[in-house]
Amino acid sequence: MNVDYTNRRNSDTFGLPNKMMANIHVPEKFKKQLFYDLIFRGITWFFTLIVLLLLTALVVSLLLGSMPAIQAFGFNFLFSSEWNPVTEKFGGLVPIAGTLVTSIIALSIAIPISFGIALFLTELSPPWLRRPLGTAIELLAGIPSIIYGMWGLFVFAPFFAQTGQPWLQNTLGQIPGIDFLFTGAFMGIGTLTAGIILAIMVIPFIAAVMRDVFEVVPSMLKESAYALGATTWEVIWHVVIPYTRIGMVGGIMLGLGRALGETMAVTFVIGNAHQLHASLFMPGNSIASALANEFTEADGELYTAALIELGLILFLITFIVLACSKILLLQLRKRDGDIS
Amino acid sequence: MVSIYTRRRIVNAVNLIGSVLAMGIGLAWLFWILFTLFSNGFGGMGLTLFTHMTPAPDENGGLLNAIAGSVVMVTIATAIGTPIGIMAGTYLAEFGQRGWLAPITRFINDILLSAPSIVIGLFVYTVYVARVGHFSGWAGVLALSLIVIPVVVRTTEDMLRLIPNSLREAAAALGAPHWKIITLVTWRASKAGILTGVLLAIARISGETAPLLFTALNNQFWSVDMDRPMANLPVVIFQFAMSPYEYWQELAWAGALLITLSVLALNIIARFFLRKHEQINQ
Repeated sequence: MNVDYTNRRNSDTFGLPNKMMANIHVPEKFKKQLFYDLIFRGITWFFTLIVLLLLTALVVSLLLGSMPAIQAFGFNFLFSSEWNPVTEKFGGLVPIAGTLVTSIIALSIAIPISFGIALFLTELSPPWLRRPLGTAIELLAGIPSIIYGMWGLFVFAPFFAQTGQPWLQNTLGQIPGIDFLFTGAFMGIGTLTAGIILAIMVIPFIAAVMRDVFEVVPSMLKESAYALGATTWEVIWHVVIPYTRIGMVGGIMLGLGRALGETMAVTFVIGNAHQLHASLFMPGNSIASALANEFTEADGELYTAALIELGLILFLITFIVLACSKILLLQLRKRDGDIS
Repeated sequence: MVSIYTRRRIVNAVNLIGSVLAMGIGLAWLFWILFTLFSNGFGGMGLTLFTHMTPAPDENGGLLNAIAGSVVMVTIATAIGTPIGIMAGTYLAEFGQRGWLAPITRFINDILLSAPSIVIGLFVYTVYVARVGHFSGWAGVLALSLIVIPVVVRTTEDMLRLIPNSLREAAAALGAPHWKIITLVTWRASKAGILTGVLLAIARISGETAPLLFTALNNQFWSVDMDRPMANLPVVIFQFAMSPYEYWQELAWAGALLITLSVLALNIIARFFLRKHEQINQ
């Protein structure tokens, strides 16, 4: 008998060893179905492979595209703030710093507000309000980023220049040590405005994750704390937060990933200046907005390559952040699995 | 001296008020943005918006070519991305328990899901636009379908996993081959759920601007030639909003209102289908 005993991983024989299949009388019709199974499985496998290859191709193509710039500037690209298309000297410090600073501002505003929203939705809100309010916050996430940009430029920036910026300069700007952050003219646009707009954009993402992880806290734990006489806040601080810490960090990382790569909203309000300023009121630049503004107009191989290298750096930063968030959220799920 | 008991109560009250305020801020932003959109965009809404081409700065016009371009590109990108996404999602949910491919793809897909969209534009530029030497509607379609795929993969997998195994076993017990179980039973049971994913993907790409900037670019004139630069709503809004001309800005607001309303409508419809899916599978 010419049966291949080694090929037992062929699961399309419904787990039966091929030897048994050979002895069982299989009608032609059924054999045909087994063949169709194989084809169907093969097709889905193939498309899965495509998805996998896409990301590999993405990284490889960005690497190849930025090769000229990598060869010309090496590691100096990361630390040089010079950006001169005429003399073909490029350094990515300004946009990289801008991306990081705007994201940090965004997170420091978004984390407490998202936490408050998640708290309200899970612990305080009357049940009939939960669904509509949750939907409203999620709709905030659905608004296209270009709308945030327009709103930021035409509505928020003038408003901020008139009220927010003078107020900040008179309060936080008077504190020695951080006063340099709030100097300069009140232009409305700039790094700080970009950070605030980003905060509005990432709040729904962080709030949604936080709400979801708050909901997995077993009510028995919370009720035990209440029974001991804890206030609502104490239950949250001593029971809910410790229990969901990993998940919350995962959600924050997810928001950070969003903030880092956001293009249009930032492009509208950051001012697009290749200068490094200590003051948050001054215009700056971020990787994504530098790409959006300059890429189509970039002439010369080196200029294009430098921009692609910026894109590669942006991708690597978000990749690391998202990978961390995914690993943290997976850990949480694993732990849940152990408990239930 | 405040007693511990009073202090605890004060801390509790302060923090809970903070939470209510946070909720208020979140809602206020949503309504502020919607209010701005309506008050600025409503004036530009009208029949000319849908019947005239994008104008020169000193002329009257509408957004017809941009709307048409957007609809065409979103449709084709969805048509390309959906089958790939559903197939890959099916593999992950139905065959993905063993082997090396499923866990890696799941991880990669989640990265793609939140990868900066401008990087995807950059990718399409380097592999396609730079090769052919000109911007084109096809490049835009390619970039958009790359955004559709991860969304559909993710929702398809999630929805298929919600289908109880007893349903699959029942079909298998009747002698159905695996491919029939999937196409006739699990797909059918999660139809509403998979549709949710597709709708969410459409909602996401209809507002995407960044990946179109250096793929489809823009076109001031009517063009349905996919091999040439193609007008599309988001990029036109970007250009017009950044311009100094008042009439262009007004058109940009009208376009912005149009996009936001369609995206929000898609989101709400998707939510409706999702709830239907949950009801069926309970």
